[in-house]
Amino acid sequence: MRALLTRDLILAFRAGGGFGLGIAFFLIVVILVPFSVGPSSALLTKIAPGVLWLGALLACLLSLDRILALDWEDGTLDLIATSPLPLEAVVSVKALAHWLTTGVPLVVAAPIFGVFLNLPPQGFVWLVVSLVLGTPALSVIGTFGAALTVGIKRGGLLLSLLVLPLYVPTLIFGSELARRGAEGQQVMTPMLMLAGISFGVIALLPFASALVLRINLR
Amino acid sequence: MKLHAQDVSVARGGVSVLEGLSFELCAGEALVIRGPNGIGKTTLLRTLAGLQPALKGRVDAPEDSIAYAAHSDGLKTMLSVAENLRFWADVFGTSDISSALESFELTDLQHRLAGSLSAGQKRRLGLARLMVTARPIWILDEPTVSLDKAAVALFATAVKRHLAHGGSAILATHIELGLEANVLELSPYKTVAGSAVLSGQDEAFL
Repeated sequence: MRALLTRDLILAFRAGGGFGLGIAFFLIVVILVPFSVGPSSALLTKIAPGVLWLGALLACLLSLDRILALDWEDGTLDLIATSPLPLEAVVSVKALAHWLTTGVPLVVAAPIFGVFLNLPPQGFVWLVVSLVLGTPALSVIGTFGAALTVGIKRGGLLLSLLVLPLYVPTLIFGSELARRGAEGQQVMTPMLMLAGISFGVIALLPFASALVLRINLR
Repeated sequence: MKLHAQDVSVARGGVSVLEGLSFELCAGEALVIRGPNGIGKTTLLRTLAGLQPALKGRVDAPEDSIAYAAHSDGLKTMLSVAENLRFWADVFGTSDISSALESFELTDLQHRLAGSLSAGQKRRLGLARLMVTARPIWILDEPTVSLDKAAVALFATAVKRHLAHGGSAILATHIELGLEANVLELSPYKTVAGSAVLSGQDEAFL
């Protein structure tokens, strides 16, 4: 298990395309928003939590097709499936590696990018809290989508189409938590809902991912 | 350690390709599978390895006894030779990679990135992986592709040593390895056209 995680992390470092790409994309989205909605700081303050969440979500989406497709292409997935590792654990570790290489950098970068969008001071803490709680769900759901589309040539677009609707609940409660935090309202309800979604998918989805992976490997 | 296949039928893409296969493989034995292209050698081996279910019949093998080597070697080009092997050793819970490196003459290459190896060297690394799995039953799909004569000899020696230590191997190959092996010719088991069952592939439009 540890071996798989370390290997995935080393590969993400050496091969690139992991962190850098997601962060750069996030940065560009955040920079483009003032160009398209205008530089009024009152308006930016209002939409900042939503824009930051949407940017983080799209940045996360970029690297999803690397989770399993690379291992499928070079035959590693077949060999892992015949190894002693249970596939449920394999997909969980893959999701964890994706979160560490994509989710964590997004969480770290989001407050910095928040400055660009004039996020109010009390919003920073809640933005980070919402991303810490929400991005694991994005990785786990994304791994499920990757398992569904593994083996499909150029499945990246199909993967996005399948995964984006599944991201809706996470996005709603995540950006609601960040928005309420920024406006100084009570945050308990969206926070509990977001945590519930994350823990729920972490507990259940690996089984579904392993099942569809087994079918796709036939 | 015994692998037993009983009246097995296998299917590729929902179409039955082989029917009524039965054989037994005991410790120390090798079985060479022969047949023309497209007869279903890979499909049969994947079924034996447990990657896909048999259409009919059953395959009995002790749990966690099979090491499978496919057409592609499952190498990470950005990892070194030793790192690739160590990963598989960790996955299979073994620790010794040096004997595998020596058997396939990879010791001098162990710090090179796998991506910088030639096709034959990659294949040797893929085969060395079998040795670090420490599993008794090897299932090998065209193991000698892109190997030169010397490397084929290395591979034959490794298989012989594996058999001598009570392991067994199933190989799909056309090259004479000098093994004392039973040969299973697949042509007689080919599914007669017409009896093929076409199952739904409605998702193909995507």
